[in-house]
Amino acid sequence: MPAAPRLRHRATLAVLLVPPLAWLIVAYLGSLAVLLVSAFWSRSGFTGAVVHTFTTDNLVRVATSEVFRTTTLRTVGVALLVTVVCAVLAVPLALYMAKVASPAVRVALVVAVTTPLWASYLVKAYAWRMLLSPEGPLHWATGYSPGYGLAATVVTLTYLWLPYMVIPVFAAFQRVPDALVDASADLGAKDLTTLRLVVAPMVFPGIAAGSIFTFSLSLGDYIAVTIVGGKTQLLGNVIYGQLVTANNQPMAAALSLIPLAAILLYLFAMRRTGALENV
Amino acid sequence: MLSSRMREATRAWAVLVLVFVYAPLALVVVNAFNSSKTFAFPPSGFTLRWWRTALASEGMWTALGNSVVVGLAATALALVLGTMAAFAVQRYDFFGRQAVNLLVVLPITLPGIVTGIALNATFTSALGVTLGLATVIVGHATFCIVVVFNNTQARLRRLGTSLEDASADLGASSWQTFRFVTLPMMRGALVAGAILAFALSFDEVVVTTFTAGPTVQTLPIWIFGNLFRPNQAPVINVVAAALTLIAIVPVWLTQRMGGDPAGTRV
Repeated sequence: MPAAPRLRHRATLAVLLVPPLAWLIVAYLGSLAVLLVSAFWSRSGFTGAVVHTFTTDNLVRVATSEVFRTTTLRTVGVALLVTVVCAVLAVPLALYMAKVASPAVRVALVVAVTTPLWASYLVKAYAWRMLLSPEGPLHWATGYSPGYGLAATVVTLTYLWLPYMVIPVFAAFQRVPDALVDASADLGAKDLTTLRLVVAPMVFPGIAAGSIFTFSLSLGDYIAVTIVGGKTQLLGNVIYGQLVTANNQPMAAALSLIPLAAILLYLFAMRRTGALENV
Repeated sequence: MLSSRMREATRAWAVLVLVFVYAPLALVVVNAFNSSKTFAFPPSGFTLRWWRTALASEGMWTALGNSVVVGLAATALALVLGTMAAFAVQRYDFFGRQAVNLLVVLPITLPGIVTGIALNATFTSALGVTLGLATVIVGHATFCIVVVFNNTQARLRRLGTSLEDASADLGASSWQTFRFVTLPMMRGALVAGAILAFALSFDEVVVTTFTAGPTVQTLPIWIFGNLFRPNQAPVINVVAAALTLIAIVPVWLTQRMGGDPAGTRV
């Protein structure tokens, strides 16, 4: 920094910092605080208006209801499955991009993998609604379609979030020096041994970083499941139903603490893998 | 060096994944010219009729207009706030720097539905504000700050401070240094951040659903509202195809800016 008078330096920092901080603290943290508090409010049985008196009824219902527990488990299961399928699709692709393809092909593939991120989210989910429809293209080509339901939801979410997995895994593969792979082969290791013992430990933080996106994005999603999920209920559409259909804002707030807690737990678990430095 | 069998296997896998990624998008484009109103495959014939119907859809144009207004306003707010935060974090050392970093990133790390419900609770139950375009803009700006912040911060880190120091040594004031040295070097990052922020806002559904109220529709909300109406299917097909083809524009723009599209979007 230039040798500006210290007071001026502080003043500039304050000018820079106050507006964005004020915005994020008031609009965002403030809202999260209201969310937390409103989970303890209730709803008037007559008017449906929110009543600002303290009650733990919502949280007790969220914690004890069989339906909510099943939905939570299903949602977390879907998010984990989507994460695993994304990783399975991404790892060989990223290996090809980083270690096999020529530099020109590599650049083209990076563009090819990330371009769909600019396409509309709704359109991509809608594309799967077309693909999986009873007389749609998949049925025409293979004679089979899983139809709308849980499987369709997993496929669609995988499709939506795949690029978020490919890019960090690709970056992780690129950080593996070719010399290490060569040395392992020279010492007599087969490909799979090299990949398992030499490459995998270095690529794992990349997978973990990608998984934060795939897990978090799947957990909160209610649009894709509405479009291709048939009657499938995930946390997202249960929360949406409480707010919009049942007009019970405090209950929706209480329910949305579940994905919030799940993400924070997941972030905490991933911190140990060094994934957060790779995001 | 991996064995040739392994190399061939990964190549084949890459081709399969690319088919998985692009087949649905291709289908969207093809279906916009399908004369049939159903998803039945193969298409029954070629027609441009639905494009005329879509262009005449008033609801679509209103929603598109709203989306552009929200996108521009949220991007402008995010540009100012995100750049300020990036400068503070990259050019100053102060207590709580890490916390500021975390606070900026939090809105995209947490699920959209949490952000949406939180803002909804604040606007309706706590503040008693009527939901409308303004509340959507506030919601969008909040999660757009982070993309401007990330782009600007990365560029500032790469630039270092030696040119700014030289400018100060030669007698420029802080404002002159910012205006004539820093800002010209930042332009690419700012434009990339703005394109990304606009794209994020333009495509957002979840936070919008909870902050727009029943009267205001952005384009994604309009699409979602018409998605399940069989009569509207052809029009939705056309809008979907148009949005898919338009997605090439930001990719081309960010590449032309010399930016790296992957780094910009992820």
